[in-house]
Amino acid sequence: MTDPAPSHSPWTDAWRRLRRNRLALSGGIVIVVLMALCAFGPLFSQSYQDIHLDLRATPPGAAHWLGTDDLGRDLFSRILFGGRISLMVGFIATFVALIIGVTYGAIAGFVGGTADAVMMRIVDILYALPFTIFVILLMVFFGKNIFLLFAAIGAVEWLTMARIVRGQVLTVKRMEFIEAARALGYGRRRIIFRHIIPNVLGPVIVYTTLTIPAVMLTEAFISFLGLGVQPPMSSWGVLIKDGAEKMEEFWWLLVFPGGIFSLTLFSLNFLGDGLRDALDVRASKD
Amino acid sequence: MIRRFAPAAALFALVFFPSGCARRNAPSAPAGAAPSRQVLRAGNGTEPQDLDPQAVTGVPEGRILTSLFEGLVDEDPRDLQPGPGLAESWDISPDGLVYTFHLRDRLRWSNGDPITADDFISSYRRMLTPAFAAPDAYKLYNYVVGADEYYHGGLADFSRVGFRAVDSRTLQVTLKSPTPFLLKLIASSYSWYAVPVKVIARYGSLDRKNTAWTRAGNLVGNGPFVLKEWRQNQIIAVERNPFYWDAANVKLDRIEFYATEDLAAEEHMFRAGQLDVTYMLPLAKIDVYRREHPDELHIDPWLGLYYYRCNVDRPPLNDKRVRRALALAIDRESLVKDVLRGGETPAYAVSNPSNAGYTPRAQLSGGVAEAKRLLAEAGYPGGRGLPPVEILYNTLESHRQIAETIQQMWLKNLGVAATLRNEEWKVYLDAERTGNYQIARAGWIADFADPHAFLENWVAGNGNNETHWSSPEYDRLFHAALTARTEADRYEDYQKMDAILVDECPVIPIYYYTRVYARSQRVKGWWANPRDEHPWKYVYLE
Amino acid sequence: MIRFILRRILEAVPVMLIIITGTFFMQRFVPGGPFTAERAVTPEVQRNLDAYYHLSDPLWKQYVDYLRDLTPKAFHPSALEQGLDLKAAFGIDFRPSFKYPNRTVNEIIAEKLPVSLELGFFSLSVALVLGLTLGVFAAVKRNTWIDYLCSGIAMTGICVPTFVLGPLLVLSFAIHLHWFSASGWYVPADAVLPCLTLGSVYAAYIARLTRGGLLEVLGQDYIRTARAKGASEARIVFRHALRGGLLPVVSFLGPATAGILTGSFVIETIFQIPGLGREFVNSATNRDYTMVLGTVILYAALIIVMNLVVDVIQVWLNPKLKFE
Repeated sequence: MTDPAPSHSPWTDAWRRLRRNRLALSGGIVIVVLMALCAFGPLFSQSYQDIHLDLRATPPGAAHWLGTDDLGRDLFSRILFGGRISLMVGFIATFVALIIGVTYGAIAGFVGGTADAVMMRIVDILYALPFTIFVILLMVFFGKNIFLLFAAIGAVEWLTMARIVRGQVLTVKRMEFIEAARALGYGRRRIIFRHIIPNVLGPVIVYTTLTIPAVMLTEAFISFLGLGVQPPMSSWGVLIKDGAEKMEEFWWLLVFPGGIFSLTLFSLNFLGDGLRDALDVRASKD
Repeated sequence: MIRRFAPAAALFALVFFPSGCARRNAPSAPAGAAPSRQVLRAGNGTEPQDLDPQAVTGVPEGRILTSLFEGLVDEDPRDLQPGPGLAESWDISPDGLVYTFHLRDRLRWSNGDPITADDFISSYRRMLTPAFAAPDAYKLYNYVVGADEYYHGGLADFSRVGFRAVDSRTLQVTLKSPTPFLLKLIASSYSWYAVPVKVIARYGSLDRKNTAWTRAGNLVGNGPFVLKEWRQNQIIAVERNPFYWDAANVKLDRIEFYATEDLAAEEHMFRAGQLDVTYMLPLAKIDVYRREHPDELHIDPWLGLYYYRCNVDRPPLNDKRVRRALALAIDRESLVKDVLRGGETPAYAVSNPSNAGYTPRAQLSGGVAEAKRLLAEAGYPGGRGLPPVEILYNTLESHRQIAETIQQMWLKNLGVAATLRNEEWKVYLDAERTGNYQIARAGWIADFADPHAFLENWVAGNGNNETHWSSPEYDRLFHAALTARTEADRYEDYQKMDAILVDECPVIPIYYYTRVYARSQRVKGWWANPRDEHPWKYVYLE
Repeated sequence: MIRFILRRILEAVPVMLIIITGTFFMQRFVPGGPFTAERAVTPEVQRNLDAYYHLSDPLWKQYVDYLRDLTPKAFHPSALEQGLDLKAAFGIDFRPSFKYPNRTVNEIIAEKLPVSLELGFFSLSVALVLGLTLGVFAAVKRNTWIDYLCSGIAMTGICVPTFVLGPLLVLSFAIHLHWFSASGWYVPADAVLPCLTLGSVYAAYIARLTRGGLLEVLGQDYIRTARAKGASEARIVFRHALRGGLLPVVSFLGPATAGILTGSFVIETIFQIPGLGREFVNSATNRDYTMVLGTVILYAALIIVMNLVVDVIQVWLNPKLKFE
């Protein structure tokens, strides 16, 4: 008797493909490490808000690994703390976008017909508009509440998610095994949860991973215009803006926050690309 | 393939067609290239709202207006003493109520028309017309008899207001009460300029602001220069006015004022050789310039105060002991030396020192020990039990750094945990206006070189008070000073007023301003003075 | 096709209406009106301002009046030749600005929009040239070091923000090397650094899209046929593959234009370019109601038009698509 072939569910296949993609894997590891550092690091490191006027703008050294900023605050701890904020904004805003997008897209795809056509037309129209402009307006007019920032950015990014989900739902709906399931008499809820959702999950995961860096970039953009996170809180965007202004004299103020920010974006993008290749997802529209 | 792309490309180009309409003229060549033509390029901060001297109130506007117009009285840039401007001499009546100005002979507007005393009368009339609503009209109606009533609508006949043209070269001004600093006020305020009323009338009603008379090519003035070019948010260029009475002594041919809101970009422009003088300098660059370009760095004392305003209606700030404690717990020396680094002076009193011979004697003293004692006496030993205190400031890097530093100092020295609130400019101003703040950062630049210009702000009812604090004794001294017989007496009254401010601390003085900017060594005829007045007619390039 | 275009324009009208209404009312309900200034505004001044800007009318009347001013009433596109005078050409009146009362929003737009359009156009061109080149090389030399290099460069463009790249470029090329001026928009050379910075991000996306699109097309049967028939690689790429491979790039152009318009805010700030983007951010901060409304409407209209153009081009290029 021949050996039974190892199980070949789409998930294990994908996982195997992902493991072989070294770039994506390293991206994933970097992200996890960074998240751990930012979550727990500030508990052990120096204070991020203590001002030491005598230590103004010292270059990287033994006492302060990445140097100090213009008011003598330790840059390393500020980067860790800023990372908390930036990553939080990234994840939460993406989560908001996810919820809105998945719900909208799933309803549109599942219901079909004219409702679907209308909903997608709305998405098409909204897609074309310069939403960053509206985020700016919202931040200027309604104050720089960080929760508003989450909501505003999330509200901008849900459109792609909605499209992807709807496309997937449509494709899956027509697949044969769904017809088979229906023929077998499975209830609607069972079909949705046992069959449709697992198949939609793939692209959703991919695009979630790719939305996070886009959101973080938007946050940094808004902070550069002075409308984002406010002191004494600090995000990577604020640190970069600060560093960009002073980079001539105090290069470390730009290089380290900018480097870590870019590293995070790289990792997330590589991971997302890897996931996309692994799950063999094809974008309907980019 | 080309065939297929052609119509698409045409459509594409059609959308971008308007971009061809962009006019991109380079301004004149840098002055360094052709020394025969003197062109000064100056950074000027924010874009002016308008160039009508009666319709604006800002500093960037003023810098340009002083090139286009001249007043009755000029300020000498070396000692700030009032000297002859368009008026070559004046007489003051013994009771100090009537000033008679004698205009120079053969003064002309930049379009050749003669300037007469009547022009001044019509200008002041426009300035005080209620419908025109000049924002700085108070600079006239606070002092000139009948002007207040005319402006607020109680008086309809302008001839009853204290301005009179005795003849075409003589202007008489009658005051409500003796105003010892009137000449300084006139010399420092563009609200007292004459405007070419006949020209303005050609562009619309005299009562309307923002007509086209201020555009390049239309604007007529009486100063050393005339408006040549105005590209909004880019550049305002003025060139020499041949009709100016002193044109022979004006050395510059052209001045280009660049709108430079972004300080970092302005500094780049200066270093790249695009500017000869900057408006300001970013904080982070001060040390660099000290080290590497000390001859181009300029730190001039400035008649201004940076302070924190306390809303005395909000506990715990209604207790003056708390306010004094907060004031004393700030380490100003460290703040100035380590955070600001712009050569500013720590302020322990409200009035500027060495202000036209006046230096306040009363000073905040006692340091942190006294602060702790006061706080305990007020019922909050070690800061315990103190209701939350919030510092409001408008979005600017330096305000943020100062606020964060002071927040730290209060925490460390007093155990007081203050929160910070950052709003952008408009919201911040609105919050102050409506009393929606506890402590707000503020700054005040004196209108003219006299202690009056500072102390008048804390009189009850003054629009800039906004602390809801008042003191009848303070107000009494204020009015007494105006009728003091000698300057020494007047200054004594001011000393007492300063003492009240130090005792009650409705505002917490932090430091006295300096003007920090970069200036090329080629720029001459430029003297540092506490009012940052640099009359353009004396400036030239080497 | 005409029907398609007309239908899109019709669809755009309610969208614009919602945008205008939303922005109009949003601005009125926030703290800090346009006239909050450091010296208290006296009642006389306030009355004068209210009259000039019609602020004393009831809100609904202000809204209706404003809509009326905005509606295109005329059609003289020849007036556009002297300058972007929207009032003369189409009867659209954006009214005076609040911050600069001596200027109407039409005037400010006429001065600044061409600058932004130029910046956008050149940046997009840079993005296309750079992106297509990188993408083609990466696809053709798939999985070699050239591919990794080009993809790496592309990834860098996505991950390094413009407000980091911009100052770095200024530092190296303007301040240390003196090849360009640090800011301003006076001579054509001033456009190099800003357009490079702004274009880099979109070059990156275009490179990735081109690579992806080309790879998909290159795997198809008709390409294999062409190869079997002995066509050279270059001919294959340029005559056969590129047309199909470019489709995702063309569809990306719509959002790319929107992105370049928004990205211009930061670029115009860094390089002090007198464009509409910087004006917009300032006007929002200054509560310059009319200016904000004018800019938002303009941007929305521009992008809708741009998307329409892109959709039309897409159908032209790809016979499989149809005007739905």
